Amino acid sequence: MIGLGLPRGFMVTLKNFLRPAVTEQYPDRHVGLIGAAKAAGMNPFQFLVKKPADSMKAIAGLATVPVAVKQSARFRGNEFTFFEDRCTACASCAKYCPLGIIEIVSVPGKIDAQEGESYKLDVFDIDIGRCMFCGLCVEACPYDALHMGTSFERSRYVRDELIITKEDLFDAPKRPSSFYRPQFEEKGFDPFAETIEDFHDAGRHERPSDEDLKRKWVDER
Amino acid sequence: MAIRTQPVTVNLGPQHPSTHGVFRMRVMFDGEEIVDVEPVFGYLHRGSEKLAEERTYTQIVTLTDRMDYVSSMLNNQAYILAVEKLAGIEPSPRGVWLRMIASELQRIASHLVATGFLLQDLGALGTPLIYAMRERENILDMFEMLCGARITNSYLRPGGVFMDAPSEFWPALDRGLNDIVNTIDELETYLSGNEIVFSRTKGTAVLPKELLINASITGPMLRASGVDWDLRHRAPYDYYDRISFERKLHTASDNYARYWVRVQEARESVKIIRQCIEQIEPGEVRPSFDDVPRLIRPPVGDAYAAIEGSKGELGFYLVSDGGIAPYRMHVRASSLINLTLLRDMLIGGQFGDLFVTFGSVDLNMGEVDR
Repeated sequence: MIGLGLPRGFMVTLKNFLRPAVTEQYPDRHVGLIGAAKAAGMNPFQFLVKKPADSMKAIAGLATVPVAVKQSARFRGNEFTFFEDRCTACASCAKYCPLGIIEIVSVPGKIDAQEGESYKLDVFDIDIGRCMFCGLCVEACPYDALHMGTSFERSRYVRDELIITKEDLFDAPKRPSSFYRPQFEEKGFDPFAETIEDFHDAGRHERPSDEDLKRKWVDER
Repeated sequence: MAIRTQPVTVNLGPQHPSTHGVFRMRVMFDGEEIVDVEPVFGYLHRGSEKLAEERTYTQIVTLTDRMDYVSSMLNNQAYILAVEKLAGIEPSPRGVWLRMIASELQRIASHLVATGFLLQDLGALGTPLIYAMRERENILDMFEMLCGARITNSYLRPGGVFMDAPSEFWPALDRGLNDIVNTIDELETYLSGNEIVFSRTKGTAVLPKELLINASITGPMLRASGVDWDLRHRAPYDYYDRISFERKLHTASDNYARYWVRVQEARESVKIIRQCIEQIEPGEVRPSFDDVPRLIRPPVGDAYAAIEGSKGELGFYLVSDGGIAPYRMHVRASSLINLTLLRDMLIGGQFGDLFVTFGSVDLNMGEVDR
């Protein structure tokens, strides 16, 4: 009915005015005295006595605490997670990359009596300055050596620093995303709370027991 | 004393916030009235069709994300249908249901963006746009659960999708569908009966039905003129023949009708997703790599597959020479074809309606220029 549209519309805006805000603050959230005290791990009175300068700041509304962004476990972040022990330098990831930004150089490695000749990774560079995080390299990896990471705060001032080398990957915290890795989802792995230290835990198969290995490599030969 | 006037040519864009991207118009005004319009586009041309000729069939999925960047899932679906037709791939049922759910969610998100920005162009600065974007955010969060990305999804693969939905997706989807219905109710409460929206959009930029058909316009623009043409109904792809839904039609063919059809279509999409959830069954989401290898080599030939995108018929034409990459890819971009009637819509109209009309077409410059 003509004439009722505007009042009805204002009712909707009033309702939305009263509902809690959905805006998320990032990277810091403004807190008051109670929030600042909680972040420091004490009750507000203790905080007021022990840290008067900080509590004045909090009362003035200047105190902030860092917040984490809510992310899905499958988030394709811009830090890769790489388990060098799982990698055979097959270069599937480099072949599958639509942009060709993964550089792999492999050299003949040691010769194992049981497992035969192996290849050692010499260079493994990912130029994430050109990467679009489609995840096709992770999908192509047959040995679950390369995983998408979950962090995203990797901005740099110089373009050369955007090239992730083998050493960077080796030192980075192992927080793999569960993108194309259903084994992490089955295990209930939470990349924002825990890391994977042992490379055996990153694979899609269980780690074989010593008896199995002995049967495979000694008894059946 | 008579005032001597003369037509003035004004250059609008390409860097103008109301042009939904980088679009340029040379408009000739006589006072407030538009005398002539010359659209200039190509500022966002990235050569996607040419780039596709040197990528394998799976890698091209990442290119299609970036064509119409507010409806990536629909682009993926259209491309994958063309590849499946070309290579004769039989898709996995669960993968098909999942990609139908994903693409209908994307259609809702795209229509919400179109509605929000139409109201922004009308002068309702912020409020309706923020309400629509708030709901779209929930949908993007669901996409992040599904495939790890929000805009550039690359979720679909030849034969299905790359990964099954996680367990937390289904409750989130249930909650999200209820929220979407509430948001659309709200949108309709304060927009569909709003006198200001009526006076600004009713009767402006009316297009006759015959002209729309002759210019091969598709999508909500065509349905707003009363033509019952929806590819999900006329040429069902995927499992749309197992789904019942209404085609919402309006006969006025003005800016308001185009807005109305989009909002109603978003409602129908919710119903379609509910039916998909009922009919989905457990199983594999993509064929095994023995049947569909990572490196597909389709036989020599060509294929065209089209879907009902958020903006109209979105088609992919692929020509194969038997190699790992297509010999030629062509995209029937609905935005570009819907743009062809811009002159007919604008000439004779007022300056104030220019951007409203432009917004009601629901263009995406990424798709126009590719």
